[in-house]
Amino acid sequence: MEIYYSNKNFKITFNLVGELDEFCAEEVKNALDKIITDNKPQEIVFDLQRLTFTDSTGVGVLIGRYKTAKKTGCKVFITNVSRAVDKIFSMAGLYTIMPKIS
Amino acid sequence: MKTVLNQFNMTVEAKSINEGFVRSAVAAFCTQVNPTIEEIGDIKTAVSEAVTNCIVHGYKNKQKGDIVVTVKLFDDNTSEISIQDFGVGIVDVNKAMQTFFTTCKTEERSGMGFTVMAAFTDDLKVTSNPGEGTLVKMTKIFGYSDGEEQDGIRS
Repeated sequence: MEIYYSNKNFKITFNLVGELDEFCAEEVKNALDKIITDNKPQEIVFDLQRLTFTDSTGVGVLIGRYKTAKKTGCKVFITNVSRAVDKIFSMAGLYTIMPKIS
Repeated sequence: MKTVLNQFNMTVEAKSINEGFVRSAVAAFCTQVNPTIEEIGDIKTAVSEAVTNCIVHGYKNKQKGDIVVTVKLFDDNTSEISIQDFGVGIVDVNKAMQTFFTTCKTEERSGMGFTVMAAFTDDLKVTSNPGEGTLVKMTKIFGYSDGEEQDGIRS
């Protein structure tokens, strides 16, 4: 998994590229937390256009980052979800805490 | 009585780096019975959940131990995927299968593994004995909603 991000006006957009599963989860968690802690954004957007696979481990990773962000009042959104990823996120009720935006 | 068209067995070590390999191998084998793209995605997700369970729970993330994967393809467009570990096993299978139940609360686990397996396949059976391991058997029926093609992908 590769992580790209842009940071403008306290808004961070993360681009997660590749497969997010148990193998890379810990590394992804640490990388995202470091960027969030260093930049203190007010808004985070996860752009998942190039996320080719995830499972419930990915749900756990995103919920964990939501918890990190919430501590400083930062809002979290998700965009560009593929059909397969959408299926699992909808099932998990993820959009109730991280709304899907277009 | 349905007959087995083809069968595939493999044993992999319980290393998380093997997750991607196992789900891709199972999905590739299943293409022999003409699944839709969405069905292939379902298989990959369900298999990934089962393998994560073996590694994280069955073998307590020691990154070793055997995971035995068996896939059977039948002549009625169904497949049966078995994923077995010989790890710690589950004391209360019914409780483990409840959505959001997890024994790893501190690790950001969603507790959704079995729920996802059940939702993304057509049948899920879990048998486990403490100290002996766990067997997950999933059945997936391909082309379930035959005749409702839309943009080449059945919904």
